[in-house]
Amino acid sequence: MEMPKGVSLWEDASVRLRKNKLAMCGLVFLVVMVLLCLITPWIVPYGYEEQDLRLGASAPSAAHWLGTDIFGRDMLTRILYGGRVSLFVGFIATFVALIIGVTYGAIAGYAGGKVDSIMMRLVDIMYALPFMIFIVLLMVVFGRNLVLLFMAIGAVEWLTMARIVRGQVQNLKQQEFVEAAVSIGQSPFAIIWKHLIPNALGPVIVYTTLTIPNVMLLEAFLSFLGLGIQPPSSSWGLLISYGVESMEEYPWLLIFPGVALALTLFALNFLGDGLRDALDPKASRD
Amino acid sequence: MWRFLTWRLLQAIPVILAVITITFFLVRAAPGGPFSTEKAVHPQVQAALEAQYRLDQPMIQQYLSYLGDLVQGDLGPSFNFPGRSVNELIFSGLPITAELGLYAMLVAVLIGGLAGVFAALKPNSLQDYVPMSLSMIGICMPSFLLGPLLVLIFGIWLDWLPISGWGNSPGDKVLPSITLGAMYAGYIARLSRSGMLEVLSADYLRTARAKGLPERVVIAKHALRGGLLPVITFLGPAFAGLLSGSFVVETVFQIPGLGRFYIQAAFNRDYTMILGTTTFLAALIVFFNLLSDVIAAWLNPRLRYQFKKAS
Repeated sequence: MEMPKGVSLWEDASVRLRKNKLAMCGLVFLVVMVLLCLITPWIVPYGYEEQDLRLGASAPSAAHWLGTDIFGRDMLTRILYGGRVSLFVGFIATFVALIIGVTYGAIAGYAGGKVDSIMMRLVDIMYALPFMIFIVLLMVVFGRNLVLLFMAIGAVEWLTMARIVRGQVQNLKQQEFVEAAVSIGQSPFAIIWKHLIPNALGPVIVYTTLTIPNVMLLEAFLSFLGLGIQPPSSSWGLLISYGVESMEEYPWLLIFPGVALALTLFALNFLGDGLRDALDPKASRD
Repeated sequence: MWRFLTWRLLQAIPVILAVITITFFLVRAAPGGPFSTEKAVHPQVQAALEAQYRLDQPMIQQYLSYLGDLVQGDLGPSFNFPGRSVNELIFSGLPITAELGLYAMLVAVLIGGLAGVFAALKPNSLQDYVPMSLSMIGICMPSFLLGPLLVLIFGIWLDWLPISGWGNSPGDKVLPSITLGAMYAGYIARLSRSGMLEVLSADYLRTARAKGLPERVVIAKHALRGGLLPVITFLGPAFAGLLSGSFVVETVFQIPGLGRFYIQAAFNRDYTMILGTTTFLAALIVFFNLLSDVIAAWLNPRLRYQFKKAS
């Protein structure tokens, strides 16, 4: 006779995720996109700034699959390099938000009482602030540098994460295994780090996946307005804003970077939704 | 109810004060002032200008007198448009932005709400998948991409609609409104779908059906009210989003609204204009959040009961 095999939460979730076709498409697309962007410098046949002024803006052809821009620079190369920046900003700023949000939420949830209510009041107040306006302001006032961009975007996006983690920690805190950890004399830090956060990981992963597209959108929005990434660096947002300028004559300059950005955002959202269904079946789909 | 309202209004004050304070000192901390141009200005002229705009006083005094003026509803003169006050500029842009926001909201609520309810009536069918996929497109497609694409297709290739301006030629309000509203239509479609799905299996709907009401009345009168509640609570934050979305849409379509003024002021380091618009927009956002909370409370019998008990 065979023993029935136990199914862990993660195995269970991965089975459910693999059944979700849209989410798997999203995952595959993302992996391919990230890999392509990582190895860009070694696979593209043209330089990032390599101009061919005789060529000018040319439509897609065998030599330039996605055409060239008005300086005769290869669009595929530029889109891949732009993707490096867009994805990099997306991941790093989300990471900043993740760290701040999880720490803040876990402390508030674990401390409870007055500390918790003060900390969460503060979050409520920050929710009401018009952050978009502040980010525009920050970028204008202090110049457009990348570190500030990360900090500004990270500072906006941690709020929801803090709320989610706090709720999770509050629930978990009352369970016996935490009591046991307290009784054997573990420090609050160890309890939060080793017992509470790992158990709250599901919602955190889901929300992180859904934060990345928001962050990328924000970066693209700022770059589009001329407040984000500055030339000679490039990002999808910046490429789109160049594309808009000449879309009447050379629509491919707008369409290709646009498609790259939109598909990536799609993929991330589908993956996030799929992860939510897989890891957190109780959460409503809204 | 009144107690709830007063409590929420009182909460709004520190938020707005925080916005003003942060913006004030942030803008002052910026390197380079509005009058630090490459051209050397005569020191006396410089001094006179600074005196006119109170820049010669200590920072804290500037701050306090700004607050004093603000209480009286005066946002001060604009740095960049001499002779014009920030109030004037805001109120010349506001009607346009408000109109744009209103149309965008209409697009969002009508299209999004209909799509969501429609999808919820037959879940997991084609009637569900098509509107929900479209809503995903709406959510993922940034306005600065959707706008130019719409212009390219409907303005340039098909030549059906004007590609820029506001109120100058017939139909020029269509594309900006759709561009701004599309994302929120997507969110509202998803919210109303999940809201309706939850309500459709509720006991009180079974009761309504059991007493013989036609399906049409059950949906329109009983289900919609409960099912669309999440949408109402979403409207407050959505308005805030619409305001920042209008930055892009107004830039893309060259509409002389508040959003464009703000971006211009930010680029020109027009201190008072930045401060004024930020304060104004923040107050608007706080107000809309408040409004949507109150409406949600009013629509939800359970919450209404709580307020009655409390007051």
